Amino acid sequence: MRRFLATRTGPAAAAIVLAALLLAVLAPLLAGDPFDGASDALLPPGSAGHLLGTDDLGRDIWAELAYGARVSLLVGVVTASIGLVIGVAVGAAAGFLGGWVDTVLMRVAEFFQTVPRFMLALIAVALFGPGITRVIVVLAVLAWPQTARVVRGLYAALHHAGYVDAARVGGMPALSVALVEILPNVLASVIVLFSLDVATAILLEAGLGFFGLGDPDRVSWGGMLNEAQQYLRSAWWMAAFPGAAIAAVVLGFNMLGDALNQVLDPRGRGA
Amino acid sequence: MRAGALAAFILRRLLVAVPMMACVAIVNFLLIRAAPGDPAQILMGDFPAPPGTLVAIRHAYGLDRPLWVQLATYLAQVAQGDLGYSFANRQPVAQLILERMAATLSLTVTALTLASVLGVLLGILAARRQGRWLDTLVQTVSLAGYSVPEFWLGQMLILVFAVWLGWLPAQGDASVRSLAPPGFLEKLSYLALPALALSVRYLALIARITRSSMIQALSSDFILAARLRGASELRVILRHGLRNAAGPVVSVIGTNAGFVLAGSALIETVFGWPGIGRLLYGAISQRDTPVMLGILLVVSLCVVLANLATDILQQVIDPRISR
Amino acid sequence: MTLLEIDSLSVGLRGTLLVQHVSLRVDRGETVGLVGESGSGKSLTAFAVMGLFPSPDLAIRAGQIRLDGVDLRTMSPRQLRAIRGAQIGMVFQDPSAFLDPLMPVGAQVAEALRIHGRASGAAAEALRLLRLVDLPDPAGIARRFPHMLSGGQRQRVLIAAALAMRPDLLLADEPTTALDATVQAGILDLLGRLQRELGLGVLLISHDLAVVAERCTQVAVMYAGRIVETGPAAALFTAPRHPYTQGLVRSTLATAADAKALFGIPGRVPSPADMPTGCRFQPRCPLAVELCRTAPALTPRGDVRADACWRSHDRIDAWRDAG
Repeated sequence: MRRFLATRTGPAAAAIVLAALLLAVLAPLLAGDPFDGASDALLPPGSAGHLLGTDDLGRDIWAELAYGARVSLLVGVVTASIGLVIGVAVGAAAGFLGGWVDTVLMRVAEFFQTVPRFMLALIAVALFGPGITRVIVVLAVLAWPQTARVVRGLYAALHHAGYVDAARVGGMPALSVALVEILPNVLASVIVLFSLDVATAILLEAGLGFFGLGDPDRVSWGGMLNEAQQYLRSAWWMAAFPGAAIAAVVLGFNMLGDALNQVLDPRGRGA
Repeated sequence: MRAGALAAFILRRLLVAVPMMACVAIVNFLLIRAAPGDPAQILMGDFPAPPGTLVAIRHAYGLDRPLWVQLATYLAQVAQGDLGYSFANRQPVAQLILERMAATLSLTVTALTLASVLGVLLGILAARRQGRWLDTLVQTVSLAGYSVPEFWLGQMLILVFAVWLGWLPAQGDASVRSLAPPGFLEKLSYLALPALALSVRYLALIARITRSSMIQALSSDFILAARLRGASELRVILRHGLRNAAGPVVSVIGTNAGFVLAGSALIETVFGWPGIGRLLYGAISQRDTPVMLGILLVVSLCVVLANLATDILQQVIDPRISR
Repeated sequence: MTLLEIDSLSVGLRGTLLVQHVSLRVDRGETVGLVGESGSGKSLTAFAVMGLFPSPDLAIRAGQIRLDGVDLRTMSPRQLRAIRGAQIGMVFQDPSAFLDPLMPVGAQVAEALRIHGRASGAAAEALRLLRLVDLPDPAGIARRFPHMLSGGQRQRVLIAAALAMRPDLLLADEPTTALDATVQAGILDLLGRLQRELGLGVLLISHDLAVVAERCTQVAVMYAGRIVETGPAAALFTAPRHPYTQGLVRSTLATAADAKALFGIPGRVPSPADMPTGCRFQPRCPLAVELCRTAPALTPRGDVRADACWRSHDRIDAWRDAG
């Protein structure tokens, strides 16, 4: 922990991520109803009762921002978590079992890494219909390959490490070896990828929202930018704040990954 | 002998690329079949069609026949370049995409070139000043640049340079203003903002990779050997450092070429750029499925080709690699 | 005819000296040996002559280095670059690491020529140089990349590259250490032949006293950053005076067939951060007395020899009771 805070990006990353989490959790306390369009439309920032102004339907931008944080973080964290589980499972199976299982799984991973993820997500969501669950499922299906590749590499490398051989010779069943002896060593590397995956998922979700494919029942930052596009000339604040929020949160998770990488892998310093 | 080995290598990579494309086509096929609703209706979109059209589609696509026959039919069509028909646009999809491809390519190629040149340059500067303020600045800016959503960056660029300063046009390409063929500068003025917005993320990524790769290369003994031969810093960097650092950089540029293409969908929407990205935006709002799937296929093809080109370039740069 | 004269040279990091008060002379056409264990400062001495160190933290802290009577330390970086690779060539321990893996070796041999303004005809001259170092089929070798050559061939390429500009002085830093024993003699013979044919002054750095004794006219022995003994090779090898040199000679002569079996000097080379006061060999020396806590200077003994030992006048074999 102390080493994490000693990194250049660590403290700032922790501050951003914590602030975003607080905003999402405490949204009902910090802001009013984001769907309440009772005020005048397109009020500039600093107007009475509307710190960040209002949008074209008279909704409070600050309230939309606070509730939008919920969608971004939910999609980001859940997507990355599912991607993590799939990635570790696939990578471990490929690395531990080897042979044709390895070949097939890695070909599939390679395929998903080659296909332009954002376009596939766009089209899948367009066909299956928007909705936060569908968005998460689609993004998670696209999120696992990198984790799987890294985990596979580690499993393949650790498979014959001295201490693993020792456990095997000691009569430990293969599955226990995979779970008890190898998995803990793999997780350290995977947690870095998790942080970066959250950032990627938040960006992709924002892109989907911007294409009008967000959940129609919820406020999302990407959706706010979609609406703002028409009002760029008259209401800059409609675009400026949600975009800055996305950038800040994504930056936070990217820096978190950076800092974790430095703490967990001293060799990666500066590289 | 070298040329022969290279040809064999290209052939081997092609053997991987073709099944890859087939898989994309199969995923396309599965998407339509797995999506909720009548496949014929999905293929037609929300377009109000005369009665009997659905039956005709069902017959034309073989939707009344076994699934594997449908798949075979679809793959055969795709292999011949037939990407289906857009009822909303009353045009074959392949033709629609082809018409807009030039606009998208001019945007993405400009953005990728900008990102590569500036990214490599910044990466070299940072590596040369490792640990100093310039390095810290490049690292910080690239981390931030990598985190900004490109479409929002586009909106902000419009706001500053088009709306507030009025220096550059906000929407469209040079063809919108007049019938006379636009001059080079006019074309450039329309291209500047979208290309910049699209390039920043990749510029950041390329700068980061170049920096770390260059630091590693410059610490090699053969760099010391070149300096001990009296080589100037410029020669050391250009002749020895850059070439040895190029592998990871080329790889990152190549694998991201596809993401630039995908990202252009968002940028084209923001800037009203008449390419396949805006076509996709329209197709999604009209639920024009054949166009969506056609675009996915074409973009995937571009990605596979970019990866192929990257592999070949790697092989040419580093004679030690042989896969 | 003095070619290189090092006068009371000190090299080190900020605050820690790794080479101290080293003085050396190399005449034209003469091979001088510099012997010592790894970490004794031999290589740093060579890098100091080049005015360039593997790490930017290292620097010359005191002393003079004169080439043909001109002090290199008064020269500008540009003047130094003009000397590196032109008047002084350098050959390294690990030829694989010091050759650029992505450049054909012919281009690397020709590099010094191009750097120092003899670009025209450089390629042809490179072929002549490859022939000079006894490589068969120079034209074929020139086109190859380092990984396609054997270790001995790579070292010959590096020697050719160092000699491209026909320098007066060659610094050979452990040129055979990384090579197979069967190849070592060939490389040393080559260096000897080139030295005679080209009238080179050679500074041959090695941890192997046998190599140096056989190939050099003059020898200097270094220990922990200081020179402890100098003299003509034959005299130094047959009648070493400093206990450290005596130990080196003994460990070189002791073979498995020898009844006394393998001999090694007990103890370890002190680390630069923790140098003993006085004579630096004193903690490992069987002859050490109270006086040895004061540093002995390198003192002439007769016309041609010198050593830095308080007790060398006793002419005792320090290791007579060992093993």
